[in-house]
Amino acid sequence: MNAIFQGAAWFASLCFALAILLALVRLLRGPAAQDRVLAFDAIYMNGMLTLLMLGIRSGSLVYFGTALLIALFGFVGTVALAKFLLRGEVIEP
Amino acid sequence: MTTPGLPLWVTVPGTLLLVAGGLLAMIGALGLVRLRDFPSRMHAPTIGTTLGSGCVLVTSMLVSSAMLGRPVAHELLITLFVVVTAPITAMLLMRAAVYRDAIRKRSRR
Repeated sequence: MNAIFQGAAWFASLCFALAILLALVRLLRGPAAQDRVLAFDAIYMNGMLTLLMLGIRSGSLVYFGTALLIALFGFVGTVALAKFLLRGEVIEP
Repeated sequence: MTTPGLPLWVTVPGTLLLVAGGLLAMIGALGLVRLRDFPSRMHAPTIGTTLGSGCVLVTSMLVSSAMLGRPVAHELLITLFVVVTAPITAMLLMRAAVYRDAIRKRSRR
């Protein structure tokens, strides 16, 4: 059963890598700026999931903090980009 | 690859959740590429970000509790954060898209 679990972990990692590649296609091709921001959002989320999969596969807890930081800063980056698209300025006086 | 002796109550739900999470994330990214206009593209990756990350986080919780031999709930932090922040980013992006579309239409007229 353990081998099947490892196989499922590899499968999920490959799925997240493929999802990052597909989002990269949208990031490079996206017709409008908001498409690119959306693709960036999907990329950091799947990157965080890939890091968590690394933690599951290697059985260590140190990747958790990095995944939390990626989720935090990715959110801040997406909100800043969306605010910039909306108002032309991130922090308004 | 360590994790030698994971018990059965981790591996069986873990396998199912990992396969489901990977498939959901891939379907979401496929929708991000394939769908036609921005509002429908908007909701495609959310299936991967909420449900897919939920599956992976529950598996991570199971694995780390089995490894440490006590219940571990660190991953609830990430789950809570993702659940709180995903609607905020979606709302801001959609507002930006509506605003920019209105401006483009007005300038074209």
